[in-house]
Amino acid sequence: MPNYILPDFEVERRDDRCIRCRVCERQCANEVHSYDEENDVMLADELKCVGCHRCVALCPTRALKIVKYSGTFRENANWSNQSILEIYKQAESGGVLLSSMGTPNPYPVYFDKILINASQVTNPSIDPLREPMETRVFLGKRPQNIERDETGKLNNNLPPQLELSVPIMFSAMSYGSISYNAHESLARAATELGIYYNTGEGGLHEDFYKYGPNTIVQVASGRFGVHKGYLDVAAAIEIKMGQGAKPGIGGHLPGEKITEDVSRARMIPVGTDAISPAPHHDIYSIEDLRQLVYSLKEATEYKKPVIVKVAAVHNIAAIASGIARSGADIIAIDGFRGGTGAAPTRIRDNVGIPIELALASVDKRLRDEGIRGNVSLVVAGSIRNSADVVKAIALGADACYIGTAALIALGCHLCRTCHLGKCNWGIATQRPDLVKRLNPEIGYKRLVNLVTAWQHEIKELLGGMGINSIEALRGNRLMLRGVGLNEKELEILGIKHAGE
Amino acid sequence: MKLVEGRVRIPSGCAISGIISRDRRKFTGERIVESMKVMRERSNGLGGGFAAYGIYPKYKDSYALHIFYNDSNAKRECEAFLNEHFEIDEASELPTRKIPEITDEPLIWRYFALPRPSRLAASQLDEREYTARCVFAINARIDGAYVFSSGKNMGVFKAVGYPEDVGRFYMLDEYEGYMFIGHGRYPTNTPGWWGGAHPFSLLDFAVVHNGEISSYDANRRFIEMFGYRCALMTDTEVITYILDYLIRHVGLTLEESASVIAAPFWSSIAKKPPEERERLTYLRTMFPSLLVTGPFSIIFCFEGGMMALNDRLKLRSMVTAEKGDMVYVASEECAIRAVEPDAENLRYPSGGEPVIVTLNGGKDNA
Amino acid sequence: MKRVYVNEKWCLGCRLCEYNCAFANSGEKDMVKALKGKKIYPRIRVDEHDGITFAVSCRHCEDPICVKSCIAGALSKEGDGMVKLDRTKCVGCLTCVLVCPYGAVVQDERGAALKCELCLTNTAGYPACVKGCPNAAIVYEERD
Repeated sequence: MPNYILPDFEVERRDDRCIRCRVCERQCANEVHSYDEENDVMLADELKCVGCHRCVALCPTRALKIVKYSGTFRENANWSNQSILEIYKQAESGGVLLSSMGTPNPYPVYFDKILINASQVTNPSIDPLREPMETRVFLGKRPQNIERDETGKLNNNLPPQLELSVPIMFSAMSYGSISYNAHESLARAATELGIYYNTGEGGLHEDFYKYGPNTIVQVASGRFGVHKGYLDVAAAIEIKMGQGAKPGIGGHLPGEKITEDVSRARMIPVGTDAISPAPHHDIYSIEDLRQLVYSLKEATEYKKPVIVKVAAVHNIAAIASGIARSGADIIAIDGFRGGTGAAPTRIRDNVGIPIELALASVDKRLRDEGIRGNVSLVVAGSIRNSADVVKAIALGADACYIGTAALIALGCHLCRTCHLGKCNWGIATQRPDLVKRLNPEIGYKRLVNLVTAWQHEIKELLGGMGINSIEALRGNRLMLRGVGLNEKELEILGIKHAGE
Repeated sequence: MKLVEGRVRIPSGCAISGIISRDRRKFTGERIVESMKVMRERSNGLGGGFAAYGIYPKYKDSYALHIFYNDSNAKRECEAFLNEHFEIDEASELPTRKIPEITDEPLIWRYFALPRPSRLAASQLDEREYTARCVFAINARIDGAYVFSSGKNMGVFKAVGYPEDVGRFYMLDEYEGYMFIGHGRYPTNTPGWWGGAHPFSLLDFAVVHNGEISSYDANRRFIEMFGYRCALMTDTEVITYILDYLIRHVGLTLEESASVIAAPFWSSIAKKPPEERERLTYLRTMFPSLLVTGPFSIIFCFEGGMMALNDRLKLRSMVTAEKGDMVYVASEECAIRAVEPDAENLRYPSGGEPVIVTLNGGKDNA
Repeated sequence: MKRVYVNEKWCLGCRLCEYNCAFANSGEKDMVKALKGKKIYPRIRVDEHDGITFAVSCRHCEDPICVKSCIAGALSKEGDGMVKLDRTKCVGCLTCVLVCPYGAVVQDERGAALKCELCLTNTAGYPACVKGCPNAAIVYEERD
C-alpha cells in the first residue's frame, strides 16, 4: 500500500550540538527519536512527529528544531496540502476526521481589528501604581427593584453572586479530556487568585471537593457525574447547552481515556466511549430549559447561581434573550474559535460565529429589551491576552473564560493532537507516565502568574482610559475604535471607525 | 457645517456655581450672574446658563416649559402637541434683552401647563412621568423644537455665550428665587446649538457639571434601557438621567444615589463598620453600570434643595461656604467671595462625599 | 543543612539531572564542549524499575558508613554536615561503593570513587540537578 500521508513536520537536529543524552528519546510518547548504538547517532522518524516540542524544550543543548515539512504538492490556491491529505485519510479510514483545539483556519480575528482609547488633556489618565485600580466584579442576577424594611433601611435582596477578583475564569475542560494534574493546577490557581474554574462535563473527582468554593460544576447533556453531592459542593452550576468549537453536537471522549478514576467521576463503566448526546434529551425548548434551571435551584435551595452556556450561532441574540428570561443568573457564550479535546473537523472549522460579533449583538439585544441589567454575560472562544479581555468587556461582557490560554500556561504547545491521548505535556492524556509530567506545584503557579500578569495589564489599560473601576468599562463602546472593518462589521460591533 | 450637539461628543472644561437660601428667602438672579462673572477665564464663551427655583410663584403648580424653536413651523407643530396633552395657562415669548454679545438666538417660548386630566388618567402614569415622557417625545420627534426646562416653579435659562452675558440676556436680575445655579462652558469643539448648553434639566431636576466622565458610554447604554434617550451626548445629560432614574424610579435617597455614582473604593468599603459595608456593597453590586468614573464636579438641584458631589479621586475643584441661612457652592472661592465677602465655614468637600443642602422645614429627599 | 531530595512521584526518568551534573562538574562553560563525544560520570544516577524512576545521590548521612569504611581517609564529614571526598587521597578500593546503603557512590573515569557534593565547590554554585529538573522532582531544602 503506497504511503499517501506526508509527515507534518521535519525534525532538524544539529549534530554538532547533540550530546546523545537521549532525553528526547525518553520524553517522546510518539516514539519519534531513537538511538543507534552502533553508529552512536540519534535518529528521528518524522512521520510520527506531532510538533508538540517536548523534545525541543527539554534538549539541554538546544540541538533540536521542528520545522514544517518542506515537501509539498504542486502549488494550488484551491486545493491546499491540507485538503488533499484529508481526502487520503478519509479514503483510507472511512471515518469522520477528528481534530483537537480551536480552528486554525484564517477567519478574521476581530479583536485584532479593534483599538482601545486613552485619555489625554481633557480627562486625565490614572496611574495604576499610585492610585486604586479595581478589577473586582460580581456575576449574577439583579432584582428588578430595591426593598426596604420598616425602618427604611435597604434590604439585601440580591440573589447569590459569584465574586471575582479579576474578570477572568478558567473555562470548562472535562476530567477525562484533560488530566487529574491539570485539574488540580486549575483548582489551586483559581483558589489562590479568587476566581473560578469549571469542571467541564466530566464530573468532579472527590479529591477536588475541597476546592468547591472556587468550582463551577457543569451539567451537560450526558449528565456525567451529576449527583446531589456534586451540586452541593460547588459555587455555581453551569448547564452546558453547547460549546463554541462544536455547536450542535455533544462531547466525545474515547474509551481509552476512561480510566478507573475518570469512570468513577463520570459514573460510567471503565473503557466505554463517553458520548454526550447532541441535545439534552429533556430540553427541547426554552421552557424546558427554564424547568431545568429551576430544578437545579430547588435542588440547591436557591443558594447557587445557575449559568447557561451556549455556543455562538446565528440567532444567538434571540437565544440569549430567551435564556435571560428563563431564570438563569449568568449567560456564557462560547465563540466558534474556542478549543475542544476532540471534535469532528468539519464542524469545528465551519460551524458557529466569532465571539466578538456574538457578544456585541447579544449585549445590544438585551439592552434593547431593557433586560441587560438582570443577568451577567461571560464570553469565551479564544481570549488570548489581557487586551482581548479589555475589548470584550468594553463590548459588553462582564467577564471572560480562558481555556486554551490556561493550557498553554501549563505547557501546551498547541500541537492539536489531544484526541490521540498521548499528550507529552501531561495535559490531555490519562496515561499515568504522561500525566506525571504536569506537576501541579509548577502548573498552578504558572496559572497564577498568567492571570496576575493579565490583571496588571488590565489595570494599565484601564488607567490609560481614565477608568479606575472595571464596572465603568462594561459596554463602554466609545472606548473602542475599529480599523480595517467594513460598515456592516462596525455596525454589528457597535463601534466607530478609528479617526471618527 | 456647524457641529451640532449630539452628533459628536464634545468634552469641555467649565465653571459652576450654586446659591441657596435654606429659609426660602428670595433674592434676584443678579447674585448668581456676579458669581459666574468672576470665573470668566474658565469659560470660552461657547455656552452659559442658569437654573432658578421659586421664580414663578403665580404659577407654582403648573409646569413651566421653556422651549427653543428653530423656526415657526417647529413652533406650530410643538404647540399642537402641547395643546393635545396639556392645558396651557399662559403662553408667551420668554422675556429677553437684546445685547450684542448674544446672537443667533432661536425662538424662545414659555408655557405654564398642566397635563390634561383625561389624557393623564388614560396614560395610567403619574403626573411627573407623563410630563417627562411628553418632553422626551417633543425632543425626539418634533424637528427643530427642544424643551430645555420642564419643572414647576423653576426655570432654566441658557444660551451660547459667556454666562454673565447670558444672564443679562435673559434678564435674570428681574427674577427672584430661593436657589440659583450657574454654568460656564469651555468646549473643545464649536457647538452651534443653544439646546446643548448647560444646565441640563428634566422636570424639577437641574444639573451643572464640570468634568469629563470616562464611563460615559457604559452609563449611557445602561440608562437608555429605561426609556431615556441621550440625544445630546453630554455628560450632564446622562448624569441627570441617572439621578432621575435612581431617585424617581428606583426610590433611592440622595445619599444612596451618591453612593452609587461615586461609590467608594472596595478598599475603603472594607474599612467601614459592618452595616455600612453591607449597604455600600449592596448598592455597588446592584448598580455597577451607574458608577461614574473620570473627573466630575456636579451640583444637582431639585425643588427641595441641592447636592454637590465630586468624583472619588477629586479631579475637579469644588468649594462650599455659608453665611446665615445662605449656602454657596462653586468651582472657585473667588466666585463665592464675589457675592458674599464674609462667607464662613469654607470647605473643600472630599472626593465622593456628597454635600446635601435642603430647605429648612422641607423633606430631605428629592 | 540543605540536602538534595527527590520526589519519585514527579521523577520522569528523563536523566537531565545526570547530564546537568556531569556538565556542572566538568569545569567547562559550554555543555556541548563539556560532554560531546564523552562518556559521562554523573554523581546523581537515575534508577529505574517496574515503571518507577528515581534519581539517587549522596544523602550526606548523619553517621556515614562510607567515612568509616574508607581505608585511605579520603572521606570525611564536615562540621556543617557535608560528607566530603578528597579525590587526591582515594585509592580506588571501592569499599565505600559497596557499603553505601543507597548506592549513591559511583565510579569516576579512573575507576576511583565519586559522589555528590552539592555543587558547592564547582562552577555551578547551586545543585545543577535541582536547577535542571524539568518537573521539580528534585528539590534542595532543609528537612529535620
